[in-house]
Amino acid sequence: MDLISQLCQYLFTGLTLGSIYALVALGFTMIYGATGIINLAQGEFVMLGGLIMVFSSTVLHLPLFLAFIFTVIVVTLLGALFERLAIHPLKNASLITLIMITLAGSILFRGGAMFIWGKDPYGLPAFSGDRPWYLWGATIQPQIFWVLGITGGAVLGIGLFFSRTLTGKAMIACACNPLAARLLGINVWKLVLLSFALSAALGAIAGIIITPITLMEYDRGPMLALKGFSAAVLGGLGSSMGAVVAGFLIGLIESLGAGLISSGYKDALALLVLLIVLWLKPSGILGSAEESALKKF
Amino acid sequence: MAEIILEVQNLRKFFGGLRAIDQLNFVVARGKIKSIIGPNGAGKTTLFNLLTGIIPPTAGTVQFAGKILNGLKPHAIARLGIGRTFQNLELFGNMTVLENVMVGRHLRTKAGIFSAALRLPQMRQEEKAAKRQALAELHFIGLADKANFLATALPLGEQRLLEIARALATAPQLLLLDEPAAGLNMRETAKLAETIFRIRERGITVLLVEHDMSLVMEVSDEILVLNYGRKVAEGPPREIQRHPEVIAAYLGEEA
Amino acid sequence: MAKKDFYPLLIIIAGLVLFPLLIRGNEYFITILVFWGINAIIAMGLCLLMGYAGQISLGHAAFFGLGAYSSGILTAKYALSPIWGIIWGITLAGGIAYLVGKPTLRLKGHYMAVATLGIGEIFYIIFNELIPLTGGPSGLSGIPLLTIGGESLEGLKFFYLVWIVLLLLLIFSLNLINSRIGRAWRAIHGSELGALTLGIDVARYKLQIFVLSAIYAALAGSLYAHFVTFISPSSFSLMFSILLLMMVVIGGAETLWGALLGAGVLTLLPEYLRGLEDFEVLAYGAILMVVLLFMPRGILFAIKKMLWRSKE
Repeated sequence: MDLISQLCQYLFTGLTLGSIYALVALGFTMIYGATGIINLAQGEFVMLGGLIMVFSSTVLHLPLFLAFIFTVIVVTLLGALFERLAIHPLKNASLITLIMITLAGSILFRGGAMFIWGKDPYGLPAFSGDRPWYLWGATIQPQIFWVLGITGGAVLGIGLFFSRTLTGKAMIACACNPLAARLLGINVWKLVLLSFALSAALGAIAGIIITPITLMEYDRGPMLALKGFSAAVLGGLGSSMGAVVAGFLIGLIESLGAGLISSGYKDALALLVLLIVLWLKPSGILGSAEESALKKF
Repeated sequence: MAEIILEVQNLRKFFGGLRAIDQLNFVVARGKIKSIIGPNGAGKTTLFNLLTGIIPPTAGTVQFAGKILNGLKPHAIARLGIGRTFQNLELFGNMTVLENVMVGRHLRTKAGIFSAALRLPQMRQEEKAAKRQALAELHFIGLADKANFLATALPLGEQRLLEIARALATAPQLLLLDEPAAGLNMRETAKLAETIFRIRERGITVLLVEHDMSLVMEVSDEILVLNYGRKVAEGPPREIQRHPEVIAAYLGEEA
Repeated sequence: MAKKDFYPLLIIIAGLVLFPLLIRGNEYFITILVFWGINAIIAMGLCLLMGYAGQISLGHAAFFGLGAYSSGILTAKYALSPIWGIIWGITLAGGIAYLVGKPTLRLKGHYMAVATLGIGEIFYIIFNELIPLTGGPSGLSGIPLLTIGGESLEGLKFFYLVWIVLLLLLIFSLNLINSRIGRAWRAIHGSELGALTLGIDVARYKLQIFVLSAIYAALAGSLYAHFVTFISPSSFSLMFSILLLMMVVIGGAETLWGALLGAGVLTLLPEYLRGLEDFEVLAYGAILMVVLLFMPRGILFAIKKMLWRSKE
């Protein structure tokens, strides 16, 4: 394969990975916006999405579309349950405790997954078959287009939700100023619950669409969370647009790094990006320094 | 002519378009009590943050006992001899009353990690002295009997006094008090006034930001009035009371 | 150390003296106690960092690994005396902690947590990828035992080595806590702003304790390497960083005794869960969650509270 085809290959891989990171980053941003905390269990929603989808296809024998809906609903419920049982009771706890509780949640979900599914990776059939397409010399799995398309749809949906619906706008208001929001009659706690539910849904979608390509196992969560968080910070925590763009950026960096430099260290590359962004400008590229200094943390 | 301990020249602090402090010039004479008053949002706490190095000025200089403070970090400024209390109290809620004040002795003690880990004799001397001095400050402020209480167990008035004792423990030459009377009742405010006088008796200069007019009128040698980050008036209490612009700035304000 | 620390110390010393009488050659139990000691050393450092200074690190397994690999590589591959491995491990871990600590400790709360998580993961990847040096996932074997005066230290003798080191570090740590240094840490935890205006160079003190905690972890890592004689990256993964955190939080971050207790609980627990391997991670998650929700100040504090209540 000549250089152009190689680059093309990396490009598509990068966009595919980037889609997942974008969805995870979006989830982070939503929860952060509503609560000011970083949900360290975000990656587990992706993992659960993939594994539960496997369960609903292979055990429940649901057709693709129904399995998709079923999985998203289940993971969303898990996210909501997590908020109700673990986050809400600790709403006045110290920052360290809040960090630890989401960590505990992540471990619990991971442990549960390991208990149910063991340590093996599971796969899913691609949505529309395996016959690869050939574009500019690169071999492209059709699933990639599903990933990009569904991600685009999800991002668009969230965007419309924020800009067109009253609830969505309320969530943004809540992110900017919870006290004022509450005084305006917005039920902040319901919005916190909603943010967890939506983040879980986004995570589940990410897990479902990526599993046909990368398989899914019980401990994929933490690395996904780290990279998704990378993207969220790079894009400026609190900026959904930034999170999505940064997610794709990180996916591309990782793919190009893996292809052109070394595949063993590809994860380290994304992490390095995270550290550099945090160390130099935690408000990210699209966020503002002043705004982030005024945030709760 | 009294010795000048603090000199502020052409001080400015802009937050984007907001002029929090605009061309401020004033001096504080050593051994005096000077108050800064002004409506909410006039820039008083910003001024304190500038003086203690917590935020950098946009322009202008601050000179303390001949040294320029611009660019110095807060802990360096504290070492030079400026102590401070906070409007919103920055007590160490995880420590006792005595421990809080002992932290005040930190910058006047030297023991490092090795000395402390091995409990060398010099370190043990320092510890004893620090405890003694901290207790002395607690006696001065009247909280010695509550030395082993958790700092957050004290009522608000006493918490404010604790913060003052802690700042005094650093052996400052200049003490900045940020709205110490906020939330205090009349009895507590009277005690505060008495305490401020006793601080002056120790030779410590006091710069006070306050809303409580009766306290300000009672303790101040000189008053500076701030509004929209600018000096509106400066002078002894009697003058300020009658100043037309000051009265205008406070129209509608609770005194 | 303060007066109240005297009795627990006495209990530990008494335990150490009486121990050989109680155990009599039960190698399994000795091994568990060695691991408890090693984990406790790391947990102590972490406790100083988190409980006293109020910072957080989700990547301390990296420093543990740096100590272990330093000792392992220098003794197994280059046949140097173990003392060099220990010195290099401490220096490397301390140096790296200094370099990454400077920018990381400026960050607040969650950012610091994630940054340390990232750092820990990067080192885990390095341990796995630097195969010529570390042996990669297959691990590094042939690490020699420590010898003192010709005697190889294993089993009971190693147990004593670990716990004597632990005791010494414990005394140092208790002394630090009851000094102006310890008060400075607690001040930083209580209010960084307040500490700054009292003349405490907050950034320097945070960095100092971070480096110190890394050194504790590296020392424990060296001991670990010379005990198990075979190390692999899986012992230095995120899960172990989280386990370390759990030791401190579950035992009680407020005091070193809590951290010691937490280290014990979380060293013993995997043994009980050994048969139920699939259940292990789930159990950790459940325990952590229950403790955070119902005993946020840790088990030690909860026990103390129960004892006070029953006295009334």
